[in-house]
Order: sequence, then C-alpha cells, then structure tokens
Amino acid sequence: MKIEVADQAISEQVLRLEGIDFITGGDQYLTFTLGVEHYGLDILAVNEIRGWVAPTLIPNAPVHVKGVTNLRGNIVPVIDLRILFKVGEVEYSPFTVTIIVAIKDATVSRTMGFVVDAVSDVLNAEKSEIKNTPAFGGSVPLEYVTGLVNVGNNVVTLLNIKKLLNLDEDDVEH
Amino acid sequence: MSIDMEQFHEVFFEESLEGLDVMEQALLIIGQSNDPEVINTIFRAAHSIKGGSGTFGFGDVANFTHVLETLLDEARDGKRELNEECIELLLRSCDCLRGMFTALQAKETPNLYQSIELIAAFERILGATDKTVNTVQADAVTQTSQAGSGPMLSQNSKNDANTSSGTDNKVTKHWQIKFVPEPQILLAGNEPLRLFRELAALGDLATSADISEVPNFADLTVDECFIRWDLELSNSSASKEDILEVFDWVIDECTLDIQLVGDNTSTQDNAMTSEPFEVPSVDIENMLTTNTEEPEQQFAGADKKAAPEIRAPRSDKNTHPSSSSSIRVGIDKVDSLINLVGELVITQSMLSELGNNFDMTKLERLFHGLEQLLQNTKELQESVMRIRMLPISFAFNRFPRMVRDVAIQIDKKVELVILGENTELDKTVMEKITDPLVHLVRNAIDHGIETPEERIRKGKPEQGCIRLDAHHQGGNVVIEVSDDGKGLNTLIIRNKAIEKGLIDSNEQLSDNEIYDLLFQPGFSTAAQVSDISGRGVGMDVVKRNIKSLGGRIVVQSKVDVGTTIKVHLPLTLAILDGQLVRVGQQVFIIPLITIVESLQVKPELVNRVSGDMVMYRLREDNVPIIYLYKEFDISADNTDIDNALLVVVESDGQKIGLLVDDLLAQQQVVIKSLESNYKRIEGISGATILGDGSVSMILDIPGLITASCRRSNVKRQFKVA
Repeated sequence: MKIEVADQAISEQVLRLEGIDFITGGDQYLTFTLGVEHYGLDILAVNEIRGWVAPTLIPNAPVHVKGVTNLRGNIVPVIDLRILFKVGEVEYSPFTVTIIVAIKDATVSRTMGFVVDAVSDVLNAEKSEIKNTPAFGGSVPLEYVTGLVNVGNNVVTLLNIKKLLNLDEDDVEH
Repeated sequence: MSIDMEQFHEVFFEESLEGLDVMEQALLIIGQSNDPEVINTIFRAAHSIKGGSGTFGFGDVANFTHVLETLLDEARDGKRELNEECIELLLRSCDCLRGMFTALQAKETPNLYQSIELIAAFERILGATDKTVNTVQADAVTQTSQAGSGPMLSQNSKNDANTSSGTDNKVTKHWQIKFVPEPQILLAGNEPLRLFRELAALGDLATSADISEVPNFADLTVDECFIRWDLELSNSSASKEDILEVFDWVIDECTLDIQLVGDNTSTQDNAMTSEPFEVPSVDIENMLTTNTEEPEQQFAGADKKAAPEIRAPRSDKNTHPSSSSSIRVGIDKVDSLINLVGELVITQSMLSELGNNFDMTKLERLFHGLEQLLQNTKELQESVMRIRMLPISFAFNRFPRMVRDVAIQIDKKVELVILGENTELDKTVMEKITDPLVHLVRNAIDHGIETPEERIRKGKPEQGCIRLDAHHQGGNVVIEVSDDGKGLNTLIIRNKAIEKGLIDSNEQLSDNEIYDLLFQPGFSTAAQVSDISGRGVGMDVVKRNIKSLGGRIVVQSKVDVGTTIKVHLPLTLAILDGQLVRVGQQVFIIPLITIVESLQVKPELVNRVSGDMVMYRLREDNVPIIYLYKEFDISADNTDIDNALLVVVESDGQKIGLLVDDLLAQQQVVIKSLESNYKRIEGISGATILGDGSVSMILDIPGLITASCRRSNVKRQFKVA
C-alpha cells in the first residue's frame, strides 16, 4: 500500500512536471497541501515520500509529534504539520503521506517525517520571486517560514527546514 | 610531489603511546626478573619512539628518548644495573613522554620543563659511573638551548666543570666539510639541521650556506633543498669515521667532502671516545642557535616569502579533524566474520531459490532454511559484538604502576594480584569503567591496607594484597576489587553518617545499608584528608558512573579480614535482554535485569496510603505502584488495579510495581537512540525495532522512579497550597 501511494504521488508529480525548466538558476521546492493551503520544502532535503503508517506513540510528547517510526532501522520521529500549523482537517486516510526530510552537515544530522495531506508539485523559484512574509496573521510561526511564492492564483509558503527539524529544541526552551 | 606527513602522525602517536605502555609494564617487572628479554623490550620501545619522532620532526621527543636509550643501552650490555633510582626515573620519563605526545596530538608545543629536569637526572646517573657522555651532553644542551629557560645555565656550568679539567692535552682537529645535499633529501625525512646539531656536538661548528643554486621563487618547490653548506668543525676530537657516522643516513643523497685541515695532536685518536669531550658547552649553545637560524635566515634573504612557505606544512594543519578513536581488531575475529557472512549468503541464495517456485511440499525445507538463517544472524551478531570487545587487561594494565606509586607515597607495602585479565568487555564500557576502578583501588590502598607495623601487630603478612579479578557471570561481567586490609567498620561509618546528618541517630540499619552510605555524596571516613583519597568526593561518582553503565556495585567486608567491592557490569551497551510488555496498543520493553518478579495482583494486598498512593504488599515490603498508562498518558485495556498484572522492578534499592496489560515474550533487543533524530524522553532510555518492524520504547526504570517521585512531590505541594 505504501508503495502504491508513493507511486501515485510521484505519477501525479510527473504529470505536472511538464513545462518545468530544469535549467533555471533558482531552487526547486516540493510543494504539498495542508487543507487548502500550499507549502513548499527545499527538494534537496526531501529523502522520500511514504504512505501513512501509524507510528509508535512517544509518551508525553506534544500533540503534533505523532510518534516514531522505523525507517530501515533508523528511529524517525513523525510530526503532523497540520496539527503543528493548525490548518486543515486532521484525518488519516490511505492518501495521507509522510514526507521524510533529512539534513546532514558537519554539526547536525537529523531525519524526520512530516505528515501532510498530499504532495502536489515541484516548483522552481528564483530568489527574486520569493517574497517576504507579512509579519501578521497566520497560525504558522514566522520562524518556520522563509518566504512566499506566487504560483498562478495560489501562494506557496516556503518552509525553513532547519527550523522544522529542530522543533524539539524549541520545545525544550518553552 | 609532496608527502603529507600529517596523515601518519595519528598512527605514530597511537603506536608510541602503546610503546610507552609496554615500556611501563616491563619496567615494573624488571625488578623481579632477570630475563634479558625484559630490558630488550624496553629498549625496543624506546628505540622505535626515538626513530619515529625523529622521522616526523618531533625533535624534542627524539632527543629525550635518545638519552633514555643511552642509559638502556648500557643496561642491556650489562654495564649497568638498573637500580630503584633508574627505574623510578625511567617511569617518570614514560609519564613525561606521554605528556609530550598528548600535547603534540593536540597540536600544542610540549612543555619541556620536565624533560630537561629528567635529562639532567639521567646525565647525573650516567656521569656518575662512566664518563662517556658525549652524545648525552650534546643532546641535553640541544634540549636546553631549545627550551631557552632557566635550568640551562646550571646545566652548562656543570658541563664546564665536568670537562674543563681534561681540556689541555686533548686532540683538537680542524675539519672542513663540504655538504651538497641532493634536492630530494628532505623527502626522505632527513633534516640537515639535525645533522649539524649532531656535528656541533663533536666540536665547534661554523656553517656557511651557499644559496647560489636556489631557484627563483616561482620555480621553487617547497620540499626540495637547494642549499649547499660549507662546514668547519674546529676544536674537535672527532675522527673522520665519527663525522661520517653523522652523515650515515644521508650519504646516498648528498655529495660529501671531508678534509682534515689542522691537527694539533695526531697520536691519541682512539682514546677519544671514552673520554669526555672538552668543548665548552656555552659555545655549542651559541653555535646551535646560530646554526638553527642561519640557513633559514639566508634562505629568507634569498627570497623572503620562501621560508614561511617551507614551514607551512607544519603549522597550518589545524583544520585536520581531531583524533578519531580507533580500535584494533584481531585478524581472527575479522576472519570469522567473513566466514559467517559467507554462510549467510549461501543461506540467502538457498531461500531465494526456494521462493522461486514454492509449493507446500517444500515447507520442510523452508523451515530448515529459516532456522539456518536465524542461526547465521545470531552468530553474525555475536561476532560483530565481539569486535567491540577488548580484554579487560587494557584497563587493568595501568594498575601495577599506580599501586606501586601510591604504595611508595604512603609507605605501605602492597602486592597487586590481577586475575582474569583476558575477560572481554565492550570498549565503551571499558572506557567508562577505568576511572571508577582507579578510584576503588586507590581507596583500597589508602583506607583498606594497614601500615606494615599495624599488619605485623595483627599477625598478618607485612605486605598487603590487592586483588583485581574480572570474570563473567551470566550476561554480566563482574569486576572485584578486594583487599586484605582492615575492613569496613560499620560503627565508624554509622557514627560518621550521623555526624554528617545523613541518617538519624536512632535509625536501625543493616550492614548493607551502612555500606551504602559510603556512596553518599560528601561521605568520607578517612581521619585525614590525604593526597590520594579522603575528600569524600569519589565514591558517589563511582557509583553514578557504574549506574550510568547499567551496572551495580556490591560491598562485602569483614573487620580485619578485608573488603571486597564487586562491580557488576553489562557485557555491552548496545544489546539488552528485555521483557516485552503490552499496555493498550503499545508494546514496551523492560530491561530484564531490573525485573524482580511479575505477579497477578491480589486485591486484598493493595493498600491506599498517605493520600492516594497505591502500595502493594509484597511479602514484607510495600511496593508503590506506577500505572504505566497514566504515566505515559495512553489508553489501556485494564485500568483496574484488581487482578491486573504487576511487574515488580528494582533500581537503586527502590522497588516499584509497574501495572501492565500483558506480558509478552522475552528477547534480546538492539538499543537505538531516540536522541539522534528527536530528543531524550523522560522515562524512556531508547527505542528498538521489533520483529514485525514496529518501533518499541525501552523503559528507563531509574528515570521512571525519579519522574514519578517528582510528580508526587509536586502533587503534595499542590495539596498543601
């Protein structure tokens, strides 16, 4: 089932990939939806996309931390972005997907899974196209947002992966 | 082509430190045995350190070991007996060298203070019986001139005093040496400056460098040498052979022309080696400073940017990653691993062939194959774990030296007996257990063993005995530190504890509970605080360290018979025997070692006491109950205490009962860290992956107990408020 969903997500992607110019200098972002909102993650940090599998609960964890799951022998925490950002309906269907994101540099190496409603597209965005986030409004803490990009009639919120992966450290401070 | 010598440094340091260990051990037994092999061992170790450090350009180390070697050489040839003083000095030099290596490893300049002092001491010994000190003195002077510090002066004046008496009727020859090295000479690790330093030891040396061949800066290769030298060795007693010996290593890589220019007395050529040479060392020192600087200065004169560039490879390598720890694995272990992997591959291919066209008739073979797979995996796992295992002698080896030093320091006679040094232990465990063990052994010498007089009065042998014994017991390693000293006096400990306010004066304690007091922070029974122990910092740290390894500590003692401290340690930190339990939908793992028993709750034995605390009467004990589902805020099948399953666990002497829904299998689990991708969770020590691929949490029993204690405290405070 896992694979089917991933396939589906990918084939969906492939369909929409037409017309994307890979030679542009801008960065590519994987976009996904949470409810009716669109979000983007730096595609280089995305390891894989998996179907939803109920994870093992972590005792006394914050509500957005759904638990930990086994990713080929590694214990990876799973975070539901819909709960964290307070958007969309939180329900787990066979179409719910988990995006596995990893960063690795000299000081940190972390892998986490983020639960989202659906993966939609790969987006090319030049630096100049990325607009600053207005400093008021939404339920997504500003520190998680790097900027906004207009795509057609939609606005995609680009997320700061480093901040997201260090979620728990912020928790500790609170 | 340039070779990055830096890459070999780590290996060199590791080998040298190992060499030092070997040396130290041999030095400790040399007093008792006459085996010539022992002294050879020491000599070999010193020699390879000297050779290596010379090659890698650690001149200070090379010079220092050279002096050591001179002494050892005499001992080896039977010219000298290694008495207590020598051994003591040699042992101190081991420490000194170790310090130097540690400094070099951290890319710092070693402190030469101690080595200068030691060299002086060696020299005194060498000079006392034999006047053959030529190289030694020269080295000592080199050393002092490099350090450029206080002791140098006394050194020099002593040299003068030593040598001035014989100066008058000695040969003084004047040699002219033309030294034209090949450009590649530096690549072979030969440093002309070192040659000159040695030459300077033979007499007054004047050098002039010919830099006509040095190419333009643009054409310059940093590791080629284009300088030629004209050397004049005057006032020397050296023969041509002596000079050639200096150039022995470079003879193939240079053109050498040695001319005798002046010769005051030609008759006593051979007598010279056994007489002190008569060069005033102050001169040598001057020569040396000019020597070491001159060529480079000239070089810099030729092209000002060249000199720093030549030095570059040594100085700006700070970017290198700092030492990564490595492990040496016996080839037999690797071989067995390869064998096992081979078997695994065979089993795998058998199974996949079976799977290609499977029908029920092959069921038997499938089971057989799976069984084989199980066997293979198990063996493979054991083998891999064995790679991390080291014999405990790695930790024990430091004790003979330490026991000896401490015993001398406090005037006690102690014999150390080591048993089971081949017992293997996980490397991480080993690293963490060494310091606590050191502490226990020191305590045993300082507090346990009596003074020789006291021992004789008690009718014991004068020499005390400390035993270190390591052996396997079940899945644990037990390390025993025992002494035949005065034993623990429960009365004194008790009084002390009352005095310190740790216990109440009318509290009744069993012997074991009294021994436990020793591990309280700030507890010390020593009448006097000594250098070695008695400050009361320590035993609590010992206990904490051992506990953090998942081990425990047991004290047995009898007055005037002795004390035995047993440290129980898990074999490894990576694998744990666990009991799987179920609470609601979740499976948790309780470390088997903490489980006292599992039982079905009898309602009549459940008591509610002191405000909503649930206790279970387990024979004489009252065991507080922790509801795991409440603790972890999850749902459970059974929230009713009656007829529930209770797992009684113990940590740190405290028993608690954990309420669970079901007991599942017992199995070995591989501990995985939650912290690497998430963070530490209270009450959970890690996670593991079960056979079905799901993740399961491993309970941290001590953590659970403290967490629930804290919560009940909060509750209490809340109620008061």
